[in-house]
Amino acid sequence: MTRLWRTIRSGVVNLLRRRNADRDVSDEVRHFMEAAEADLIAQGMAPEEARRAVRLEYGDDLAAREDVRQYGWEGWTDALLCDLRLSARNLRRSPGFTTVVALTLGLGIGGATSIFSVARPVLFEPLPYPDPERLVSIDGRGDDGTSVQSAFGTYLELADRSRTLEALAVFRPWQPTLTGGDEPVRLDAQSVSAGYFDVLGVHPALGRGFEAEADRPGGPLQVILSDGLWRGRFGADPAIVGRTLQLDGSTHMVIGVMPRTFENVTAPHARAWALLQYDDTPVSFETREWGRHLDMIGRTAPGTGVTDAREELGEIAGDPLPDFPRPEWAALSRGLSVRPLRDATTADARPTMLVFLGAVGLLVMVTCANLTLLLLARSARRRGEFAMRSALGAGRSRLARYLLTESLLLSTVGGLLGFLFAHLGVTMLVALSPASLTRVDAVGLDGTALAFALGLTTLVGVAFGLVPGLHRSASRPQHMREAGPGLSRKNRTSRRTLVVAQVAMAVVLLVGTGLILRSTQRLFSVPLGFQPAQVLVLQVHGTGLPSGDAATHGFFDRALDAVGSVPGVVSAAMTSQLPLSGDADVYGVAVTDGNDVEGANGPAHRYAVSPGYLETMGTRVRRGRALAATDVPEAPPVAVVSQRLASRLFGEGNPIGRVIQVGPPRPGGYTIVGVVDDVKQTSLSEEDLDGVYIPAHQWHWADRVRWMTVRVAGDPVEVLPSIRDAIWSVDGDQPVVGAQPMDTLVTRSEDRRRFVLMVMFAFALAATALAIIGLYGVMSGMVAERLPEMGLRAALGAPRERIVGLVFRQGMMMTAAGVAIGVLGAAAAGKTLTTLLFEVSTLDPVTYVAVGTLLVVAAGIACIVPAIHAARVDPARTLKAD
Amino acid sequence: MSEQNTDIIQGTLDMLILKTLSLGSLHGYGIAKRVEQITQNVFKVNPGSLLTALKRMERAGWLDSEWQRTETGRRAKYYALTPAGRKQLAIESEDWRRRSAAVGRLLMAEG
Repeated sequence: MTRLWRTIRSGVVNLLRRRNADRDVSDEVRHFMEAAEADLIAQGMAPEEARRAVRLEYGDDLAAREDVRQYGWEGWTDALLCDLRLSARNLRRSPGFTTVVALTLGLGIGGATSIFSVARPVLFEPLPYPDPERLVSIDGRGDDGTSVQSAFGTYLELADRSRTLEALAVFRPWQPTLTGGDEPVRLDAQSVSAGYFDVLGVHPALGRGFEAEADRPGGPLQVILSDGLWRGRFGADPAIVGRTLQLDGSTHMVIGVMPRTFENVTAPHARAWALLQYDDTPVSFETREWGRHLDMIGRTAPGTGVTDAREELGEIAGDPLPDFPRPEWAALSRGLSVRPLRDATTADARPTMLVFLGAVGLLVMVTCANLTLLLLARSARRRGEFAMRSALGAGRSRLARYLLTESLLLSTVGGLLGFLFAHLGVTMLVALSPASLTRVDAVGLDGTALAFALGLTTLVGVAFGLVPGLHRSASRPQHMREAGPGLSRKNRTSRRTLVVAQVAMAVVLLVGTGLILRSTQRLFSVPLGFQPAQVLVLQVHGTGLPSGDAATHGFFDRALDAVGSVPGVVSAAMTSQLPLSGDADVYGVAVTDGNDVEGANGPAHRYAVSPGYLETMGTRVRRGRALAATDVPEAPPVAVVSQRLASRLFGEGNPIGRVIQVGPPRPGGYTIVGVVDDVKQTSLSEEDLDGVYIPAHQWHWADRVRWMTVRVAGDPVEVLPSIRDAIWSVDGDQPVVGAQPMDTLVTRSEDRRRFVLMVMFAFALAATALAIIGLYGVMSGMVAERLPEMGLRAALGAPRERIVGLVFRQGMMMTAAGVAIGVLGAAAAGKTLTTLLFEVSTLDPVTYVAVGTLLVVAAGIACIVPAIHAARVDPARTLKAD
Repeated sequence: MSEQNTDIIQGTLDMLILKTLSLGSLHGYGIAKRVEQITQNVFKVNPGSLLTALKRMERAGWLDSEWQRTETGRRAKYYALTPAGRKQLAIESEDWRRRSAAVGRLLMAEG
């Protein structure tokens, strides 16, 4: 202990008072030498001779001093500091090299870390709940084998019959409007059955969870808040439990607040939860309890897992009991799909994240290749320097240490930059990523990934900074003359290989990006079925109105009139659901002769609209007429159907005048008066369901939440305030939310694909830039190396164009090889992109040709500069130089 | 210079220094000279290794040092044995005797 203390203390003293310590050492050595000389002189030797004899016997005092100085840890530290100073000076002296290396490192490390940080929760982590492997997602199966949602009735049967599941819950999205503050806010929330949080195994941090007794029609209205909502909206009020909130105009009591760490994987943006309050003894199949609009999750009992649940639920599905009657549309004849909840929640994001990982892997490889190229070039340039150092007495280990220090210094700078980039990257990715793509709440800067990327790049740096240097230092000082950038043949070949590889990887990334870009273009050119330009949409809530359909219709009709007279408004209309807004209001549609239903009951989006809706949206009428102001409640009920619905129901036949039933049967049905274009309701890329338009006044009930669509003459955003005022002039208490140009909705509906495009674009850009830098570096290196040869050629009369051509051809050969390999690689890797593409083949020739051309042009520019440099060589000078 | 090997046997330098200093405190050159004299020039001590060894032994707590003025007015560092150094000398001497006896016996048997 005391020994360690002494070691540290005297070392620190020596380091802090380096000059004193140095003087002590040299005094002591000098005293030694002088005492030896004095001894010899005393024996009768001449002073000069004595000095010589001492030198011969004991060696140089400088060497002795160095020996003593280097003793101990402080000596080692001192040498390191000295190396660091030297390295820093050297790196400062070549700012171009240092900048490019640091940026390359930063890009590689930052890119890899940020992508891995975002992808990790989706790809590698279990769900953030206790015993997550016991959580399952349960879906019905449609006729085509796809997953479909479940009915509450099915949930009741499974909850009663299953022994494997210890908890089961159903839920649906809910977007209530929160009023009572300054401005009404639309919340993302969920309606859940009482057992929802029991399934997840998470309980409120404040207050309590839902109780089964409250989960019935007419039960107390309760709400549980997310930590974020509690802090953001209610200032983390510790007395929030027991307070009441106005949600959709009804008074809800806050009974709990979820923990800060709670992550709601079934709906990442949900900030509040209320009970479904469905009837657990449904009176008939016509009620909402038998509508298939719920998602179901369950927790298996301890000791059982997904497989057991799958087996048991399969048996239950295939064994209907008289106690549990099932309607035809929820007969479970195709069984049930039981998956781990983790798979169900990440299934969508997985392919994207894998593509990202692949892309970032390529980027890291390009980064490493580029680093290698840079360091090889540098070590070749420094051949003379090392020869000089070893001539001056630097030992091999001293040189190695110096090189190591330099490599580590570079990677530290690169690492810091990488950390910065990673931090920025994660922040940006989280901000921009659509909720469906990531478990945003679980994303954090991943230390392991950072360490890994840093380690990898450092290893590359050390390997390629150190090995050639060491090799060089073994060479004799006579190599000092070779200060020029000479390269061995082997070295040259490996550099070419690296350039080819870089170009190839850049091609793969560019092709991927190109394919996604083409998909996006295709998507935004699909016919929407409406004209979004110059249309403003806003959602108006009539939830606070007095009960009764008359009051609801009255408010909306008056609001519509008020908006219609606002200056700048061309036309205004209302609809119960809006395309691309996330609404999905689907009812069964069947042909009828007025009494009996003929044929199958197929689903269609139901739009309860005001008369001018189709005209305002710009949806084209193909046959018959649009809905008119004359379709009043007393007039015969009419409907307009989409082109697809018309052909599904009637094939080639004329639909006009035929009668259909929509949703709950209505005496006499709805008579079809027109056929309109198909409208994209869910997303641009999906083949949509059919649509049916019915005058709002002729529908079974008055929808209390409606979208107002307003076609305006000028800028939609400018007219917005007066439109809002017009609505509030009718009734100032009704919330108006979600106001935005229809264009925005269209763009947002594809934000996921745009996000992928953006990320891929960034990667492709970075990889291409690195590849081109690499190519340029190698080409100028080669030209510098072959200057004498070029000079000789020029001296012998080779025309300039010949020399330019010679160099240029060499660069383009590498590019061509890289592009060829890259195209093969891209074709092989294309399959992984399939889920992200839309109506574009993975072998889309346009993309491949464009990418090839782009790279060839960029490479051409990178090659022509060194080529011209080669041609400008003054023969006389280069010949003299050697 | 003689062709004889005058390198110090690995690990014995410490013992030689300790032994030398057990007779009284000395400066660096004094130690070197004493070692050479006593061993009749069998061992030659070069200043680099000597001074490094002295530093190390000082850190180990076996030696104390003090700067003093010499007769010629130079600064010189004088080293003296500590009690720990004395103990160490006993250990090393015993160790050495055991080893050299063993090597001696081996050489006799070979002879």
